[in-house]
Amino acid sequence: MSDSVISLRDVWMTFPGKRPGEQIHVLESVNADIARGEFVCIVGPSGCGKSTLLNIVGGFLTQTRGEVIVENAPVTGPDRRRIFVFQENGVFPWLTVADNIGFGLRDLPADQKAATVAHYTEMVGLSGFEKSYPCELSGGMRQRVEIARALAANPDIIYMDEPFGALDFITRLKMRADLVRIWQTEKKTILFVTHDIEEAVQLADRVLVMSRRPATIQENIVIDLPRPRDLDSRGYLEARDRIFKVMGMSLKIGATAGTTASANP
Amino acid sequence: MNRATKILLPLGVAAIALVAWHCGVRLLRSDLFPTPLDVVRGIVELAQAGLLLKYIVASLFRVTWGFGLAVLIGVPLGLVLGWYSRFYAALNPLLQILRPISPIAWIPLAILWFGVTDAAPIFLIFLASVFPITVASCAAVHNMQPVYVRAARNFGLGTVALFRQVIFRACLPQILTGLRIALGIAWLVVVAAEMIAVNSGLGYLIIDARNAGKRYDLVVAGMVLIGLIGLGLDYLVRQLEKFDEVRWGYASNSR
Repeated sequence: MSDSVISLRDVWMTFPGKRPGEQIHVLESVNADIARGEFVCIVGPSGCGKSTLLNIVGGFLTQTRGEVIVENAPVTGPDRRRIFVFQENGVFPWLTVADNIGFGLRDLPADQKAATVAHYTEMVGLSGFEKSYPCELSGGMRQRVEIARALAANPDIIYMDEPFGALDFITRLKMRADLVRIWQTEKKTILFVTHDIEEAVQLADRVLVMSRRPATIQENIVIDLPRPRDLDSRGYLEARDRIFKVMGMSLKIGATAGTTASANP
Repeated sequence: MNRATKILLPLGVAAIALVAWHCGVRLLRSDLFPTPLDVVRGIVELAQAGLLLKYIVASLFRVTWGFGLAVLIGVPLGLVLGWYSRFYAALNPLLQILRPISPIAWIPLAILWFGVTDAAPIFLIFLASVFPITVASCAAVHNMQPVYVRAARNFGLGTVALFRQVIFRACLPQILTGLRIALGIAWLVVVAAEMIAVNSGLGYLIIDARNAGKRYDLVVAGMVLIGLIGLGLDYLVRQLEKFDEVRWGYASNSR
């Protein structure tokens, strides 16, 4: 594909195991293309290597084999034009909210920097907290700071590694809605890793479903639903159920009467 | 526990200890060992002779220089050691051999190299504090959350900026804890060093009061002053831990 921003060609990843000579195969021939402005989610079972894949694309790890092309060049390391939002929150606790959001703007003149910081502080709903320190904020607010820091640096691509994983249910729903709103105005390419199928269907244009380890991309599901998305609509439920099925999971919790009967005749 | 109890409780214990001390000396009819009142008189006598301030300043001057040099060398050295694993592998064994040698053991060499000058105790205080500072700074880098460095690299920071803006800042709370321990050791060592290597300071006061006329009231006065100043120094470093830039690093201080 000529218009793809991120292009993965036969990417393999192997880590050395604990015992000498042991090899852990994490990724096996991953192929994918992501277009400019697309919001793509990668879902998969825990420990399948989806974070590893994102770290390779982000330049923090180097694949064992294969090619990772971003913006027409092989990835050699992290890049200021592609900002990573970390699972474990990478906001600097020694800087205020405003200084954190402005961290990537050191080349800008002071007045422009202040305006940009103010703009993104407001966008993520943190106006009034500019002078607060991260330890004074809730988990959700800290994650907003990190997202604002990423956006303020005006990157072409944002990589997000389960950014809402540590948040409670309600906060997570709100953060997803805000992220989609921001993405619609900012038009960035977003590659978002999650283990939460519902999250993927709520957010993405397209969901890449990964298999168990050694992982590859098992299915490519286009979510062609209008936004804001109705979580009760047929299209939403169908897309969700399809991913559940690809991942080999039942939507019913507990054993059925039939299986109970056959187990205990 | 309310505020009043927190203040009154230790004051009460101190008062009981002072009374016990006074009664003990009286009961045993000791001619040499002073009562608390003798010690207070001794301190007043020192103040009137102009020695009190002179000796305190002399001791603090040496600690400031020795400790200051140790901070200037120990913190950067520790950060670099913690960051570059090859440097750590090369230098750490040597540090671990030098570290357990008591600064007191260096006294003969300090006198050999520096004579009876201020440089000798300053050198000893430097030695006493540079190792704990280096080790604390190095451990701070090892314990640092890697996500900060990854974020900084993502924003394109070079090595110098990475050290100044991220590694140093991330390690500062743990470095301050190391400085507090090192300052405590430095204050222990200045007294020992002044007993041998110079002729002023609180350590000198103690040894001189004993040698020149068995003035045990002045010996104990020196000890009391050392204790009080040590408490004051620790309090000052503790105040540094309240700054916003480091407060996040201490669990008890976070909101």
